[in-house]
Amino acid sequence: MPKIISTAKLKRQQLLDQLFQKTTWFFTVIVLILLVALIGSLVVGSLPTIKTFGFNFLISSEWNPVTEQFGALVPIVGTLVTAIIALSIGIPVSFGIALFLTELSPPWLRRPLGTAIELLAGIPSIIYGMWGLFVFAPFFADTVQPWLQNTLGDLPGIGFLFEGAFMGIGMLAAGIILAIMVIPFIAAVMRDVFEIVPSMLKESAYAFGATTWEVIWNVVLPYTKSGVIGGIMLGLGRALGETMAVTFVIGNAHQLHASLFMPGNSIASALANEFTEADGELYTSALIELGLILFFITFVVLACSKLLLTQLKKREGVAT
Amino acid sequence: MRGHFFHVLAATAALLCTTLAAGADITGAGATFPYPIYAKWADRYHKETGIRLNYQSIGSGGGIKQIKAGTVDFGASDKPLTREELEKDGLTQFPTVLGGVVPIINLEGIEEGQVKLTGKVLADIFLGKIKRWNDASIAELNEGIVLPASNIAIVHRADGSGTTFLFTDYLSKVSPEWKAKVGAATSVAWPIGTGGKGNEGVANFVKQIKNSIGYVEAAYVKQNKLHYVQLQNLAGQYVLPTEESFRASAANAEWDKDSGFYEILTNKPGSGSWPITGATFVLMHKSQSKPAQAMQVLKFFEWAYAHGRDMALELDYIPLPDNLVALIKTSWEANVKGKDGRAIYTVSE
Repeated sequence: MPKIISTAKLKRQQLLDQLFQKTTWFFTVIVLILLVALIGSLVVGSLPTIKTFGFNFLISSEWNPVTEQFGALVPIVGTLVTAIIALSIGIPVSFGIALFLTELSPPWLRRPLGTAIELLAGIPSIIYGMWGLFVFAPFFADTVQPWLQNTLGDLPGIGFLFEGAFMGIGMLAAGIILAIMVIPFIAAVMRDVFEIVPSMLKESAYAFGATTWEVIWNVVLPYTKSGVIGGIMLGLGRALGETMAVTFVIGNAHQLHASLFMPGNSIASALANEFTEADGELYTSALIELGLILFFITFVVLACSKLLLTQLKKREGVAT
Repeated sequence: MRGHFFHVLAATAALLCTTLAAGADITGAGATFPYPIYAKWADRYHKETGIRLNYQSIGSGGGIKQIKAGTVDFGASDKPLTREELEKDGLTQFPTVLGGVVPIINLEGIEEGQVKLTGKVLADIFLGKIKRWNDASIAELNEGIVLPASNIAIVHRADGSGTTFLFTDYLSKVSPEWKAKVGAATSVAWPIGTGGKGNEGVANFVKQIKNSIGYVEAAYVKQNKLHYVQLQNLAGQYVLPTEESFRASAANAEWDKDSGFYEILTNKPGSGSWPITGATFVLMHKSQSKPAQAMQVLKFFEWAYAHGRDMALELDYIPLPDNLVALIKTSWEANVKGKDGRAIYTVSE
């Protein structure tokens, strides 16, 4: 005789189900409301600057709090350039780390090495900033910068990137420190997705005589591309928004220079430095608009990555 | 198990009650320059009277915003508000300590206090007009010192600060070109140079970058063993940044209690005056809705003026002269009143 649940118990379970559903729905809605409220307050805060400067704000490189002339070009360029440097160094290195951890390393080394990489991710960013300023910058100024200028400084196309005095701080230093900060994130995600590739796929490729590199490039990467792109976007998100590490070493100068050895500025760094002392409505509003621009850049990056993934999936669908 | 839980709960509640009963806390926010001395005074004051001062060093701009919004008992600003600004928001202001801003350099083989600069030359360096250390205008002030032919690396503040305000105010006074091109404010559009975060950032960059020049609060010079310069003051004398020269500068100031002691001590007359000195200010509402809190704030500063002088000197701040303190107290009596119009503080004879 099957056990029959009493009506009272049934009603209680139905009530709990309803409660659970409503509560989780409520939490989701709160997050959405917060997002809308954040965007709303950013827009409202930037209105004075939008009204005063309009589109010129995005292309003007002048930043003068005394005459109240503001232009976001220098912080925007700085943010993008340091992020690009961080990714150009970070992606190959992370790829190499993930490759080593999954395919090449002896089994006893995998766990300690993996833990060490993850520890790097947990270090607070201000520690990176202080390390960058006290340890990395002098080393960079004395050893790496002269070497770069001597070897690459005279090449016609890219020599101008390495001009200037060896101060140790500047765009390149900030980019390298950001690279060190994003490598653990990208490497961890890459390693995780590489590990879940079915061994049957890899072993079949090995059976056909493929080299390790061919297996990685032609089997593993295509299989894991959404994870890899997701990891890269995670790293890019961190690189775009990173504040304390960048502000210690980027040099905080509101001027555009072609050389990577010169100081620059990033949006997050400008906000961190100037927000507390910003007197005057236009100054504060200009800083808030910088924040809105950063929000917008992050949004565009996220949208592009989703688009890229959809395109790749589509191509895959057509090919098979 | 349950008994244990209730015991812990009771103990926590008792602890909370004791901290609450420890006396009213006074709150302040603002300038980072005086934070070390306010913190030291607050600590000693708490030991002596049990009253705690909660000071948030968020910057002068933040301090002004918070006192205008009424979220703190007093605001602190390195840059004094003008009489018009004070009247607009019903605030009164008074100075608490003095300090100096000192140009620092990093030149190999040069000792501290060796290099002499005038205000005009300093302005031209920061404008980018004088590019090398061995330029004629620097060399003619420093006969006998071998200056290198290298480019001068400028270091300034990345964040807005009262130190920058004092420095640029001085440069505006000695160089009309600086005044026209850049001006004086807590945050300016520097023609060239790298920005360090805080006094510590500037000190660090100057230490690390060869052939550099920057400016910091006097307290940082001694603690970081930085190399300072001699500046020529208004009287034409070259002075070193010492306690005596800061005091000499303040002695020549005309403190006017009716305009909120608005006094910027840059480029003051006097043969021994350091040209870049400044006071840091406290802002309070004239009409107090919480007279008891206001009384506690004034009592704290009265104690600090009387007993905090040695602590200030230890940290390289200059305490105010006695006649100025007396003037400040009369301004408290005249300006800080309760909602009923009665003065909260009375000067004791």
